[in-house]
Amino acid sequence: MKKCDLAIVGGGPAGLAAAIKAHELGLKDIYLLERDNFLGGQLVKQTHQFFGSHKQFAGTRGIDIAEIFKEKLAKREEIKVLKGAVAQGYYEDDVLGYSYNNSFYKLKPKRTILATGASEKMLAFPNNDLPGIYGAGAVQTLMNQYGIIPGEDILMVGAGNIGLIVAYQLLQAGVKVKAVIEATGSIGGYAVHASKIRRAGIPILTNHTIREAKGKEEVEGAVIQELDDDWQLVAGTARELAVDTICLAVGLTPKVDLAIQAGCQMAYVAELGGDVPVRDDCLQTSNPRVYIAGDSAGIEEATAAILEGELAAINVAQDILSDRKELIAEDKTTREKLKALRKGPVGEHVRKGLNKVRRNEDAGKDRYSRSWKG
Amino acid sequence: MRIKNHPILDFARDREITFYYNGQEIAAYPGETIASALHAAGIRKLSTSSKHHRPRGFFCAIGNCSSCFMVVDGEPNVKTCVVEVEEGMVVEEQEGRGDLSEKM
Amino acid sequence: MLEKTGIPEAGKVKNSLPSKERLKEGPVAVFECFTEIPCDPCYYSCSIGAIKEFEDINDLPELDFAACTGCGKCIANCPGLAIFVLDYNYSEEEGVVRIPYEYSPLPEEGEKVQALDRSGEVVGEARVEKVQNSKSQDKTAIIWLAMPREQILTVRNFKRGED
Repeated sequence: MKKCDLAIVGGGPAGLAAAIKAHELGLKDIYLLERDNFLGGQLVKQTHQFFGSHKQFAGTRGIDIAEIFKEKLAKREEIKVLKGAVAQGYYEDDVLGYSYNNSFYKLKPKRTILATGASEKMLAFPNNDLPGIYGAGAVQTLMNQYGIIPGEDILMVGAGNIGLIVAYQLLQAGVKVKAVIEATGSIGGYAVHASKIRRAGIPILTNHTIREAKGKEEVEGAVIQELDDDWQLVAGTARELAVDTICLAVGLTPKVDLAIQAGCQMAYVAELGGDVPVRDDCLQTSNPRVYIAGDSAGIEEATAAILEGELAAINVAQDILSDRKELIAEDKTTREKLKALRKGPVGEHVRKGLNKVRRNEDAGKDRYSRSWKG
Repeated sequence: MRIKNHPILDFARDREITFYYNGQEIAAYPGETIASALHAAGIRKLSTSSKHHRPRGFFCAIGNCSSCFMVVDGEPNVKTCVVEVEEGMVVEEQEGRGDLSEKM
Repeated sequence: MLEKTGIPEAGKVKNSLPSKERLKEGPVAVFECFTEIPCDPCYYSCSIGAIKEFEDINDLPELDFAACTGCGKCIANCPGLAIFVLDYNYSEEEGVVRIPYEYSPLPEEGEKVQALDRSGEVVGEARVEKVQNSKSQDKTAIIWLAMPREQILTVRNFKRGED
């Protein structure tokens, strides 16, 4: 069994930022495990320019941010980057098991940063299992990573940022977007994204839900219907749209399997997308050897994920290399950047969510009591 | 259908390869996943569900949800949304749960 | 309503415009950025300092119309594609709207297109006067659309003829 200072699970924005920062701060013995055969996570399909701070890639397209990170990582040859390595389990003795090239390996890291990302949520409606119903991320993967359109005519369900951005990307790929529907009374994503597709003639229908998908072997249509302010169907408003694809952008939920295995105290926080590990301000979970960063710590966006990855790495460096002055300063500035990013009205739900997972005696106690770390 | 004209992206498609889906020859490009290459050929149904025998396609395309399982070169339960297509690969629609008994 | 349809209200649009006098003086940028989001690249894109530095990254951008020369450098730097340049007196008869455009293929200079308003409705015809697509724009092209000058306050997109 190999030992190392730091293992990072996940090579998306949080994991890449963590690996580079940890190495920059002086940690040498780092493993980065990525289950895909490529690095970058979901960045590799983000064709739009990022928002956020100019100093943290705003104005740069996600696909280019992935390249910048890959270049930075390649210069740090000491980091052991394993592509196609699937972390299979985190065991009671803090051993991380992973499969790689058809073999199983064990690794005992002094610290682990879990940056495992998220899964797309499903929505319950009749025939929601038909081929042609895809998560918004899946549509991005197909379209922007492999250059294949998901269909000719599409219905987008959900007007959060992902729904709006993917609708725009569908237009760019030459797909007809019949409508973007949103069950709540207002568009959840940034208004500029909404305006961009609206002026391309795409209707955004708030207070609308999907009733069912039509089709036998695959999607041939979708029935949508209006909702009133009490979420009740408005009689007589159901109508069928001729679409061959339905795209669900109804949210993400953190991937926390390894955190649960690591005995991290968990809490259900709707604002963060579901079950997440409770953590302190340094992103350390209730298992002191395990840190969490990015979407697996709570659904946000890539800029926050990058900063969280760096913050976790800085604190791991403090644990292992002792509290050097410059680490304390870096820790402070990174936290300030995160705070600034989350300060405005769109960061409100994240702030609310984070207040519920700050590590203390009671957080999440009602749901998970398992904690063998004491 | 493959995108030919894109304002932001260029797709490298220099070398064509061939694989088999239920015996049918399908053209693909290296780097494409099995499911995406099938999708480009208009094939969206990848398997049938075990209990109600309903058609299944992929859902997440990043290896999370297991909705894309197919039999690849005789091996069942292959996540075709993340496994890259290879020259001569034999891909078959999967019926229900994959039978692993032979492999064990 | 912006938060229900994606179409900004007339009042919001009006507040984002410079005075009539300034419009007539020459090209000027308008920011149709109406909700507070964490974003600041526009400030860094303006080489003459006409965009106020952000105190809080979530603040709405503030443009000094008097200082703005309408150079249009900010257009392709806005991740929200929410910046347009209006040129009321482009020629004797016409005004020009410069629009960020990320579709393929790009229109040809001289091409007649259908002018669309903020809801995507056809409101008239326009002519593609110029297509800017330099490397620094990073694939956000800027299309100069010439049209009857009273329409420059309405037109924010265009549609090419069906292929």
